[in-house]
Amino acid sequence: MGAAAEAFAEAAVIEHRRGFRRRWYRTPSFVAGASILGTIVLLALLAPVVSWHDPVQQNLLGILQGPSWTHPLGTDELGRDEWARLLYGARTDLRVAFLAVLFPFAIGTAIGLLAGYFGRWVDTLTNWFVNVVVAFPFYVLIIALVFALGSGTRNIYIAITIVGWVSYTRIVRGEVLVAKRREYVLAAQAGGLSNARIIARHLLPNVITQAIVFAMSDIVLDILAIVTLGYLGLGVQPPTADWGKMIADGQTYLTTHWELSTIPGIAVVITALGLSLLADGLADLLRPE
Amino acid sequence: MTELLEVRDLRVDFPLPGGVLHAVDGASFELRAGEALGIVGESGSGKTMALRALVGLLPRAARLAGGEIVFEGVDLASASAETLRAIRGRSIAMIFQEPMTALNPVMRVGEQIAEGPLVRLGYSRRRAHERALELMRLVGIPDPEERAEAYAHELSGGMRQRVMIAIALSMEPKLILCDEPTTALDVTIQDQILKLLASLRAQLGVSVVFVSHDLAVIAQTCRRVAVMYAGQVVETGPVEQVFREPRHPYTLGLLRSVPDVDDRRDVLSTIPGAPPDLADPPSGCRFHPRCAFAQDDCVDGEFPLRALDGERATACIHHELAAEDVRREPVIAGG
Amino acid sequence: MSLTGYVARRLIQIVPIVLGVTVLVFFLIHLVPGDPARTILGNHATPHKVALLHREWGLDKPLPVQYWRFLKRMVRGDLGSSLFYSVPAGRLVVQRLPPTLWLIGLGTLFSVLIAVPLAALAATKRDRLPDQIVRAVPLVGLGFPQFWLGIMLLLAFGLHLGRGFPVGGYGSGVLGHLHSMFLPALTVALAIAPILVRSLRASLLEVFESDYVTTARSKGLSERRVLVRHALRNAVISTVSVLGVNIGFLVGGTLIVEQVFALPGIGQLMINSIFERDFPVVQAVTLAFAIMVVLVYLLTDVVHALLDPRVRFD
Repeated sequence: MGAAAEAFAEAAVIEHRRGFRRRWYRTPSFVAGASILGTIVLLALLAPVVSWHDPVQQNLLGILQGPSWTHPLGTDELGRDEWARLLYGARTDLRVAFLAVLFPFAIGTAIGLLAGYFGRWVDTLTNWFVNVVVAFPFYVLIIALVFALGSGTRNIYIAITIVGWVSYTRIVRGEVLVAKRREYVLAAQAGGLSNARIIARHLLPNVITQAIVFAMSDIVLDILAIVTLGYLGLGVQPPTADWGKMIADGQTYLTTHWELSTIPGIAVVITALGLSLLADGLADLLRPE
Repeated sequence: MTELLEVRDLRVDFPLPGGVLHAVDGASFELRAGEALGIVGESGSGKTMALRALVGLLPRAARLAGGEIVFEGVDLASASAETLRAIRGRSIAMIFQEPMTALNPVMRVGEQIAEGPLVRLGYSRRRAHERALELMRLVGIPDPEERAEAYAHELSGGMRQRVMIAIALSMEPKLILCDEPTTALDVTIQDQILKLLASLRAQLGVSVVFVSHDLAVIAQTCRRVAVMYAGQVVETGPVEQVFREPRHPYTLGLLRSVPDVDDRRDVLSTIPGAPPDLADPPSGCRFHPRCAFAQDDCVDGEFPLRALDGERATACIHHELAAEDVRREPVIAGG
Repeated sequence: MSLTGYVARRLIQIVPIVLGVTVLVFFLIHLVPGDPARTILGNHATPHKVALLHREWGLDKPLPVQYWRFLKRMVRGDLGSSLFYSVPAGRLVVQRLPPTLWLIGLGTLFSVLIAVPLAALAATKRDRLPDQIVRAVPLVGLGFPQFWLGIMLLLAFGLHLGRGFPVGGYGSGVLGHLHSMFLPALTVALAIAPILVRSLRASLLEVFESDYVTTARSKGLSERRVLVRHALRNAVISTVSVLGVNIGFLVGGTLIVEQVFALPGIGQLMINSIFERDFPVVQAVTLAFAIMVVLVYLLTDVVHALLDPRVRFD
């Protein structure tokens, strides 16, 4: 009885995975997203090679210069090379965004699994926590937390985790509620498998796909959050290059050198576009037939 | 006799990523004024799509792929969207299977009944409301003034279906298309609704096309029947004659597979095999892979309906085999 | 169940959430490294005052007791005094509330005005060019940092094309407010409109396939009437829910937009207070934001119930 249930669940999981391998290169959004993101990540990784100035090197004699051979995108208000700052900003922001997604993903998924599977007071309590956190506007809570904890990258991770676990919990809980009524779970339970095993081996692989898809778009949210914090002066601290700070610094020169604020913003939009396309493509691929 | 509706070689397609699914693949039938025609078949036979095609209410994924639909001299298959729209409701009305989903959940039922006369007949609000109450009385809804203010979810299944019938009658159409109107109702209510439909037909002289998979319901309601299989009409004729002495092996199979309380058997009789893949149907007679009487000449060719004597027609070229079989072992037709 | 019954029931349901919100706000100060009393007093800290606060707030007592005292103070309206302005934090928040409320209201209005026609266009012209464009926009649009969008709008309409709108400030009088609020409200609306458009379009497409739309068509009604009287009427219901769920995002957006356009609302108050390390005000504004979100969410729920008769009859 247990073996049959295991086999059934295996089959369900394999179905998902097989679909993925088969079609990824034929899904336009996935390919487009991966290309865009891949290019940006590549540029960011190769930043030291592709740019030839130090992003924090000031040159007060050559401020606010336009594009030239040495400075393809000109210089900012402190004479720093825009192109280098753009690339290094990508490094910083992308790295922080990717890492920042992991903790909420892990914690949120775990809580969602438990709440969905065990139900009753576990679920009620979880819902209460979720509703309380959700009552705070995302940025308000992030900013308040960063203020309380102090600035710096480590505290950004903590703040995003405290605020971000909620979405994963909701998604996973929803999936679990549906999945736990399916035959393979009932069969596993009837077969006497322990709760831990059911959750880990049977529920998790089937409910996690939605969480993964969301994680992709969550990275977008995190990039926006980091950039916004940077704009407000609460994010990654200078002199490390960060797109948000670049936009903030450029705002004073909006009338004369509007490109200072515009270009980093475009970089954000393109990165976000790549990630969104990737997320859409992934959602398409992982959707059961 | 003039026909109110004549359908010739109707085709409805569902384009699919891998090919085309022929939901209706050359169906023909006709209806006279004042008559009730039943269309019977299993799910997948194309009967619902055929019905919907008549007024151009196919689902988005489907396409009218051919044939003629002549209603009062006008070919609806090639009519403009405007013409179709003008005919809907006023000349041809429709009743759907699931009244809970077929009624707008956020609009009061009285409003929904009155909408046709209000918008299309130019009635004033008051007159349309009065007409709605009148119709509700006609279909046997008690306390119409109160019920008119209700929402669909506040009414029982039987009441909802009565509302649907009231809507269908609201613009005094000549023809009502019924898509399994009683399938979703429980048996006692089903009976009430069928009796209501019969009495309305007698009162108002409206013609009806009644689609169902339930042979008993068709037998009770209709004078003539068309049997559909795999997107085609395989047999037509007066209900009594067709059910007592079917002239198509599929009709025979259908009749035999209706469980009868009075007839004790060890095994439930079914038609062997499975319904065909409508994207890639069998060659020749669609039914031949499952047919107990199939011969060599059933495997290839076209098998349109051919008239027999009286009002009957069949697509089967070996129909006497079916008739013989039923003479030997009569089917006690339900109903 | 009547509407008032429904509202009353929902009000009772949010009480635990409001309490939870206060707990979280209470914990904020305990996250700050160091002595909470010193954090609150900032520059005004003297050993005497610190000791006083320790006693009053019970900072040596267990947390639940501290929380209880905090709650009692809150109910009295005492959220501490602003370190910068030397007025009660609560009063400061209330004073600065109107611009933020204007922004939220106008932003919501604009977002609906933008989303509904676009979604209707996309749904009725499904898979054709207008739909493709409408679907592509959220894809790109959701990647716009809201503050950057604001700056771009400022650049375009405030500084270059026509200089039609002021680059900051609140203006005076209703018309002045509307004038100054136009670009900020538009920024807020554009940030949330893609989500609404996506949701409403999906709802409409679903509704178009529904049986009651087929019934409506079978009455021979014009497509326009089917769209407005039947499809939209149903589709907006779920969109109101989506708006409610995303209201936190909308309200949070005002924080940033106020910063970009220099609007004297509570968002700007919060940012300034953060840089001045004025903890009582930060705490008060955080609380205010959460209460606002909860109330607005309740409001959207009520609107939902008004639009959907099925909801009240549980």
